[in-house]
Amino acid sequence: MTEAAGKEKEPLISLRGIHKIYYMGDEEVRANDGIDLEIREGEFVAIVGKSGSGKSTLMNIIGALDVPTDGEYCLGGQDVSDMTDNELAEIRNRMIGFVFQQYNLLPKLNLLENVELPLLYAGLDAKERREKALASLERVGLKEKWRNYPNQLSGGQQQRVSIARALAGNPSLILADEPTGALDSKTGREVLDFLKKLNEDGNTIVMITHDNAIAVEARRVVRIHDGQINFDGDVKDYAAIL
Amino acid sequence: MLQSFKMALKSIWGNKMRSFLTMLGIIIGVASVIILVSIVNGYMSYMVESFTSMGVNRITVRYTALPSRSIDVDEFYDFYEENGELFESMSPNVSVNVTVKHGTDAMEQTSVTGCSEEYLDIMGYELECGRNLLYSDMAARQKVAVVGAYVASELYGSLENALGETVKLNGDGYTIVGVIERQTEETSDFSDGCDDDFVWLPYSRAVKMSRNASITNYIFTSRDISQSGTCTDTLKAFLQEKMKSDSLYSVTAMSALMDSLNEQIAMMSMMLGGIAGISLLVAGVGVMNIMLVSVTERTREIGIRKALGAKRSVILQQFVIEAAVTSTIGGIVGIAFGSLASVGIGTLMGIDAPPTATAVLVSFTVSVGIGLLFGYAPASRAARLNPIDALRSD
Repeated sequence: MTEAAGKEKEPLISLRGIHKIYYMGDEEVRANDGIDLEIREGEFVAIVGKSGSGKSTLMNIIGALDVPTDGEYCLGGQDVSDMTDNELAEIRNRMIGFVFQQYNLLPKLNLLENVELPLLYAGLDAKERREKALASLERVGLKEKWRNYPNQLSGGQQQRVSIARALAGNPSLILADEPTGALDSKTGREVLDFLKKLNEDGNTIVMITHDNAIAVEARRVVRIHDGQINFDGDVKDYAAIL
Repeated sequence: MLQSFKMALKSIWGNKMRSFLTMLGIIIGVASVIILVSIVNGYMSYMVESFTSMGVNRITVRYTALPSRSIDVDEFYDFYEENGELFESMSPNVSVNVTVKHGTDAMEQTSVTGCSEEYLDIMGYELECGRNLLYSDMAARQKVAVVGAYVASELYGSLENALGETVKLNGDGYTIVGVIERQTEETSDFSDGCDDDFVWLPYSRAVKMSRNASITNYIFTSRDISQSGTCTDTLKAFLQEKMKSDSLYSVTAMSALMDSLNEQIAMMSMMLGGIAGISLLVAGVGVMNIMLVSVTERTREIGIRKALGAKRSVILQQFVIEAAVTSTIGGIVGIAFGSLASVGIGTLMGIDAPPTATAVLVSFTVSVGIGLLFGYAPASRAARLNPIDALRSD
């Protein structure tokens, strides 16, 4: 447990002075304009913001899909800010489990193969892959359906498969991008409850959303506005200012 | 790696129509290379064979006799015996311009040739019945003749009936001692002046009939076709020594004709191979096109894979293997199809055209190579896709 204790001191995610600047023609777009943020292991953070606020850019940086123009991003003690393409791929594979709005399952692979994908890229052998993937599917209650293809499932079930895929590699961080965006409110509720349960089990979850009603399900809320954080605090305080 | 192959097969199977159309290009390309090369090869060996039966090893010698300078038949025979290791057979060749008659029947176009007993071998004919001319016939200037199938059947009704009968040449009667088996295959070819319309008699009789002092035409055959150069040189040296001037004689080897024929066939083969090669190239462009479409279509998939941790090399590998597997399958089907077709077409053309190992090997290598080469560009495009952009695409 000394390791866990060590991590307690060092935040899992540490963003310092993050800038991301795009150029659209001659126009400079400051999508992230000086973001400082720390997220510790075991937190459930909602990053909320309107469209165009810069929350997606922030998600891409946290998800190691992109590198900041300026600033420092440490994930699990490693500086990710200026890693190469291949190094980023490895970080994504080992540290981050993605849950996308559109599930992003591969339609031509069955559920098991879909969940196995990150394990495949991690270089695990077939037996180990299968075991872990099945265990992961069991956690989301879809083990029996492993032979099915994504299009044979409801939206809620597909999102659960994508959560299983995110969990399969036992990542340090679950990054959920509008996880309920494509679902009706009932199944959206189920997915949120499931994420909460995962958090209670000790998983660190960062959820990106534009919807305050979803954001208040988290334990901590970070609001982005014009590329900067204009609220960062406990969900109760956030609910109070709504 | 194994996983990549499985994925490639899955993806090919998942897009059956598209994969099939891609493969079709390669199948046609590979098959046409094999068919063309095999047919040309088959045709070439057929030509060589028929030329050999026509006597590629033949060397014809002709000289112009002067009152002061000429070469006796015996001198030619001496030369022939001295160079027995080079020459297989030799015969004087005396053409006589006479009408062949039997009773009131006359044949105008029959070629009458005075020759030795070795002429039968030189021509490569077989006797139908009776006997060949003999050395004793030459020495004794016998009035005997060997006739072709057309002469026998026209003048005597059948080949066997001609044996022992008399044929009149220039008023002299010659006893028919042998009939040569029929050479022409088509009924329509069996007519005046055909390959079966001839009479052979001992050269010693023919030279008397022709009223020439000496025999100026000879046919030699070389033992070994590859030695025909040496043979002609030896003959030329002999004639030069006797005649003193190279304008008075000529030596023509059939193998020289053969060489130019081979050259032409090789050129034709190259040209057809080139055309077939272009079709392979077109097939390759087809592969590239399909792979590009595939990359565009699967941008999202690539994005997902990259988000889940696939490195560039893995994506590259996946698409290159897919292209290679597609073209390999196409190549194998093309080889099977081309081999069957070339045997089939060969049979239709009446030639033996088995697919050559070189054609199979080359077209297979080229098809797989093309798959890799043309699959690489789209694959590297896929590998370089930015995961964010790729995920955003629909």
